[in-house]
Amino acid sequence: MDLTDLYRDVILDHNRRPRNFGTLEQANALAEGFNPLCGDRLTVRLNLADDRIENIRFEGQGCAISTASASLMTEAVKGKTRGEALALFDRVHRLLTDDAAGAEDLGKLAALSGVREYPARVKCASLCWHTLASALKSPDAHAVPAVSTE
Amino acid sequence: MNTALVPSPVAFDVAAVRREFPILGRTVHGKPLAYLDSGASAQRPRSVIAAVDEYERLHHANIHRGVHTLSQEATALYEDARARIARFINARSPREIVFVRGTTEAINLVAQSYGRPLFKPGDEVLITHLEHHANIVPWQMLCEQTGAKLVVAPMDARGEVRAEAVEALMNERTRLLACAHISNALGTILPVRRLIAAAKARGITTLIDGAQAVPHLKVNVQELGCDFYAFSGHKMFGPTGVGVLYGRESLLERMPPWQGGGDMILTVSFAKTVYNALPHKFEAGTPNISGVVGLGAAVDFMQSLDRDAVHAHEQELLGHATDALSAIEGLRIIGTAPDKASLISFVVEGVHPHDLGTILDGDGIAIRTGHHCAMPVMDFFEVPATARASFALYNTLDEIDRLAASIGRARALIA
Repeated sequence: MDLTDLYRDVILDHNRRPRNFGTLEQANALAEGFNPLCGDRLTVRLNLADDRIENIRFEGQGCAISTASASLMTEAVKGKTRGEALALFDRVHRLLTDDAAGAEDLGKLAALSGVREYPARVKCASLCWHTLASALKSPDAHAVPAVSTE
Repeated sequence: MNTALVPSPVAFDVAAVRREFPILGRTVHGKPLAYLDSGASAQRPRSVIAAVDEYERLHHANIHRGVHTLSQEATALYEDARARIARFINARSPREIVFVRGTTEAINLVAQSYGRPLFKPGDEVLITHLEHHANIVPWQMLCEQTGAKLVVAPMDARGEVRAEAVEALMNERTRLLACAHISNALGTILPVRRLIAAAKARGITTLIDGAQAVPHLKVNVQELGCDFYAFSGHKMFGPTGVGVLYGRESLLERMPPWQGGGDMILTVSFAKTVYNALPHKFEAGTPNISGVVGLGAAVDFMQSLDRDAVHAHEQELLGHATDALSAIEGLRIIGTAPDKASLISFVVEGVHPHDLGTILDGDGIAIRTGHHCAMPVMDFFEVPATARASFALYNTLDEIDRLAASIGRARALIA
C-alpha cells in the first residue's frame, strides 16, 4: 500500500496551511456539514453576488483529507457561477468514486484521485462539496441545513 | 505437615493462545496483522468456529418445536449453552439468562419492558457521563415516553467516575441506575460493586452494561448484586448478533414480554394469549441458534484459561502501551483513571485520528478511530474523535512496539 498516493504533497500542504480558513463576514449563504461516522464538522460560508461565488471560506475540524479537500475546493470555486461550481462537484465526485474518471483540467483537485483507493475515506473528501452544494441550493444564511455525506 | 505440592503459577503462554486464533496468522498490506481493535469486536478461537461449523453441518433445525432428532439436538445445544452461560456469570438459574442480539438490545429490552410500564413523570433514571450511546439513547426514549428524567453523573478530568458523585445524585425519585462496568471509550473501570450496594440500599434498580467487562474481568452477578447485567457475544470471542440479558428472576417474572410472536407463548386464541415461562417469554421468534452455540463455546474457551494470568497479561500490555505512547511527542492519552482495563484512547497533535487509522492500517495495525459511540465523552475532552487501541489476551508487547513506531511515522508524515 503506497500511502504517498493518498497523502500527496498538495494534500499535506493544504492540511497544514488550509487556504480560505475561518469565518466570512457578511456571508449571504452558509451550510454546515457533518459526518456522523467520524464526528467531523465543517461550515462553508459564501458571498454570492447574483449567481457568482465572490468569496468563500470554511472552518471546522477534520482529518487531513477533509481539510485539504475543503481548502482546495475554496480555491477552485472562487469566482465560479453556481452552475459551474455544481458541475465541478459532479466531476470531483466522479474522480473520488469512479476508477475510470479522468483528472484532466482539474488542476490541483486532481491530487484527490488517490482517495478512491480508500473507500472508507471518500466521505472525508466529499463532505465539503456536499456542504457547498447545500449552501448553493438554499442560500438563506439563516437556514442551516445539516448535510451528511452519502 | 502437609507436603502436598502447591502448583507453581504457569506463565501465560501468549504464543499458544495466538495459535488458537486462525485470523491472527494473516497479513494486511503485506504486514503481519496486529489486531488492536478487540474493544470493537474480538476475534474467534478455533473452538468457537468449530462449534458453529459442527452445529451447521450436523444439528441444525428449529428449536423448541419439533419432535424429530435434529430439533431435539438443536434444542439441547441451545439450552445447554444457556446453562453454561448462567454458570459462567454465576446466575442462580438459566431462567435468568435471556438471549438477545447484543448489549444494545438487552438495554432496550429493560427500558421498554421494565421501565416503560412502571416509570412516572418526575421519576429519574441515573446514568454516568461516560456511557456508550447504547446506554444513553434507550433511556432518553424511555424518558420521552414516560415523562421520567435522565440524570447524568459526572466524571472527572481523568475520566474517572467517583462513587460519591453518583451516590450524591441518588434520591427518592431515582428509579434506576444504569452504568457501564468498563468504559469503551476510555477504559475506566467503574466502582460498580459500591454503586450497586448504594443503589440497593435506596431501593433503586440497577443495570450494568458489561459489554467491555466480560472479556476482561471475572463477572459474578450474585456477588455484584445487580438486577440486570447486559453483554455481547462478539466482544468475548463469540459470534456477532448474539448477547445476553441477565435479569433477577423475580424482576423478569413481573416484566411483560417485549416482543410478541412464536416461542414466547403457551397458548394463543383470539380472546387471550398466555405467555410462556422464563426465559422464553422474552425470546419471541426463532433465535440466533448457531450464535448461541458459538457463545457457549466462547464461554468454555474463557473458562479453559487461567483468568488471573490473562488479567495480569492484559495489565502488562496496558502498562507497556501507556509507557510507549506517553513517550511520543504530541501524544495525549484520553482517560487516565487509576483503574483501567486494557485499552488506550489517545490523540496526536497535528494528526487527525482518521489519518492515523489509515496510516496504521498500512502497517498492518488495526485500531478504532472516531467517537466510539460516546459523543458526550468526546465533548467532555473537547476532541472530535480519538484513536483507540484495545487489547485482548492474544496481543503481544511486540505489537504495541509496532503501534508506537507507526504512530511516530504518521506524525512525521502528516503533522
